[in-house]
Amino acid sequence: MTTAIATLSPKTARPLGYWLSSAFLALVVTAAALAPLVAPYQPDAVDFAATLAPMSPEHLLGADQSGRDLFTRILYGARTSLIGPLVLLAIASVLGVALGTLAAWHRGWVDAVVSRLTDVMYAFPGLLFVVLIVAVFGNGMTTAVVALGLAYTPTIAKYTRSVALAECAKPYIDAYRVQGMGGFTICVRHLVPNMARSLVGYLVVLFGEGLMSLATLSFLGFGAQPPSSDWGLMVKEGQPAIVQGAFLPVLVPGAAIALVVVSFNVIGVRVADRMGVKA
Amino acid sequence: MVRKLAGLVATLLATSFVIFGASYAAPGDPVTFLAGGKENLTPEYLAAIRAQYHLDDPFLVQYGRWLGDAVTGDLGRSTQYNDQVFDLLLARLPSTFGLVAYAAVLFVVFGIALGVLAAVRGGRTDAAVVAGTTFATSVPPFVIATALISLFGVQLGWFPVMGGGSLWHLTLPAVTLALGALAIISRVTRQAMIEQRELDHVSVARASGLPERLIVVRHVLRGALGPIVTMCGLVTAGMLAGTVTVETAFGLNGIGSLLVHAINTHDFPVTQAVLLLMVAAYIAVTTLVDLVQPLIDPRVRRRA
Amino acid sequence: MLLSVEGLTIEAGGRRPILREVSLTVGKGEIVGLVGESGSGKSTIARSVLRLLPAGARASGRVAVSGDDVLTMSPAALRDLRASQVAMIYQDPRSSLNPVRRIGDFLTERMVLTLGRPKAEARARALELLAAVGMRDPELRMRQYPHELSGGMLQRVVIAAALAADPALLLADEATSALDVTTQAETLALLRRVQAERQLGMLFITHDLQLAAAFCDRVHVLYAGTVVESRPAKELFEDPRHPYTAGLLACTPELGDPRPIRPIPGRPPSLDDAFTGCPFAPRCPHATDACERWLPEPVTVSGGSAACRLVEA
Repeated sequence: MTTAIATLSPKTARPLGYWLSSAFLALVVTAAALAPLVAPYQPDAVDFAATLAPMSPEHLLGADQSGRDLFTRILYGARTSLIGPLVLLAIASVLGVALGTLAAWHRGWVDAVVSRLTDVMYAFPGLLFVVLIVAVFGNGMTTAVVALGLAYTPTIAKYTRSVALAECAKPYIDAYRVQGMGGFTICVRHLVPNMARSLVGYLVVLFGEGLMSLATLSFLGFGAQPPSSDWGLMVKEGQPAIVQGAFLPVLVPGAAIALVVVSFNVIGVRVADRMGVKA
Repeated sequence: MVRKLAGLVATLLATSFVIFGASYAAPGDPVTFLAGGKENLTPEYLAAIRAQYHLDDPFLVQYGRWLGDAVTGDLGRSTQYNDQVFDLLLARLPSTFGLVAYAAVLFVVFGIALGVLAAVRGGRTDAAVVAGTTFATSVPPFVIATALISLFGVQLGWFPVMGGGSLWHLTLPAVTLALGALAIISRVTRQAMIEQRELDHVSVARASGLPERLIVVRHVLRGALGPIVTMCGLVTAGMLAGTVTVETAFGLNGIGSLLVHAINTHDFPVTQAVLLLMVAAYIAVTTLVDLVQPLIDPRVRRRA
Repeated sequence: MLLSVEGLTIEAGGRRPILREVSLTVGKGEIVGLVGESGSGKSTIARSVLRLLPAGARASGRVAVSGDDVLTMSPAALRDLRASQVAMIYQDPRSSLNPVRRIGDFLTERMVLTLGRPKAEARARALELLAAVGMRDPELRMRQYPHELSGGMLQRVVIAAALAADPALLLADEATSALDVTTQAETLALLRRVQAERQLGMLFITHDLQLAAAFCDRVHVLYAGTVVESRPAKELFEDPRHPYTAGLLACTPELGDPRPIRPIPGRPPSLDDAFTGCPFAPRCPHATDACERWLPEPVTVSGGSAACRLVEA
């Protein structure tokens, strides 16, 4: 599921790209937060007079088959599209860091068990593991987010484990152990904070991937459900309009997803570089 | 070699166990779940389901029976189509395989070509390839699919918009499926070639008068083949799972779209079967890639 | 004259040039030694004979092989030079061979692909050469991969490959430095035999002055990119005229010699060290103030030259 692409950055990362991406993302986040104030319409305001309207002063980015304003839907959609990955990363981080640290700290059978679990999950290519969970527990954004959180856990666990192993070998950890400090305390108060730097860069890149995965799930009908204006769902709903020559309902949310993910990748690579980390 | 095969079997067992056990993880009674959650479930129908799936037997026995059946081709009965799952799969497999094969040819040929070009030309070509591939992996396949349909299908009318059947029909879907893989392969090729180029034996070859073009092919590219072939294999292995999105986006009739349909109609036997097939294929191909290593790099042979 | 280097200067962006006004000659059947510490530029001289200059380097002067200037040749002529007139043997044989190709491939590559000889002929010649360098069972070796052979055997393969196209000039760049002592002796014996049999001109590069004095006909001593002394081997060994050469000879221990070893103080200069005068002045026991302002010019002494202003002709 994790591609190695985002980690290979060209040597001279032009800061211009970095600032553009940051500015764009700040804009998106602000827009999402202020959606109710900024949006000209309600996201589910149906208006059959404006079906598939092109770009115009009334509809800045056009309207979909039900006449709902796309600009409004994009703004409201930013909320679900951004919060979803945040939650799933939170789940994956907590679980992943815990498992990875545990495996690195205890070694032995704990490590073996965690490794086997990770292997089994890795044996499911792409989104298949998530699809299985959705098949069992039903469609819906909550299920999708939790499932993706679980699916990304092994990736984070593996990464944490290798960083933790390196960190555990350092003398200051032994110093604490000799002082009689309990394993749990050492891990939480010392080990994890020192790994935080490396993790952050990695997580920023994973955010972009999480966003793509979640949007894909919504597109397939497994994630967000109507009348939500999640971007992936918008693309799904806009598909029938293509044959009628109306591209805005699919291209607007599609472009939104692409631009946000690209921005995250640019920033993530740059952050990882500056943290001195091989993401 | 034996260890790797044993590992393959172990992983297959573990994943099939997970797929099987999932029906028990579902909220509620497995019976209702396996029956497809339909409304008018008569006690007779439930009893039939119970008998069909041997739900009164202990868990492990059920698993064993299910697995045994699966291996011999009996994948159960679809609750939706009321047809043998095996037949359903068989009918749709050729379409999916055609798509994957087409995509594989595309990404191998163009991926390696772009990578070689970027490594050999350097400068602006290199920067362009790197930027292009970074962008390609930041756009999810379904967005690419809809963009391609909009531009090349409807706007320009060069390709048919929906449905499968011919090579022409499969082109846009194959391109969509191949794009992510193409980006990965071109990056891996580029990186491997840049590393190989710096090695001593390359300048030794140059010093013995070999023309530059031959040096690139015989020494640089040949040395880079290891990681390239491995990556190609791994990417192809994961491609079967990628058909889920692509077939749905283009309205193709393959096992990917079958999976989506099955989930949406609570047809669990089909869901299980397709998942099992995809996971098994993935594990098999990745193990194969592992086994192929000694053929590419003679230094590995001695240890194998 | 087989090889004639005239006033070769190579600059690559550092504060001083890698090579400054280097001149030397190698005649047919002559073994010429080039001695210097790491960073003195000796490998660069050999590589410039094949026009394998570092990226971004600017070269001036003349490097003539059998009369043709290598630095200004056409690419086609250069390929021909590299393939059939000049051959180089490197320090680390293990990294000189492509690990995924067989030994036979390495040997025949040059002949088949650049010189266009038929495969069968190239193969026969390769077998001949392997036998000539003392490899037993050449048929077996041809099919093997580099990781299956020892360092000494690989160096023989490299030498065989170098001889494959019948070059007139052989460049041995620290060819024995990476081998253990016994293998070193064998390889040197092989080189000498091969050179004598074919009357090859050889440029023998090493950091070991004693070795050069024993093996070569003439020796050039290199310091900080300039030739500081240039004499017949025996004379150089018995009567070094440049303080650096004397210092090098003095710091090599000899069995039974109770003299204390006196190393040369200081360290060899890097490319960031610039000099207004003689580069050896900071470390020279005889240096005076005037030496720091005198750019070294060769002063004729018996048999050759030494670039020191304190030397009498």
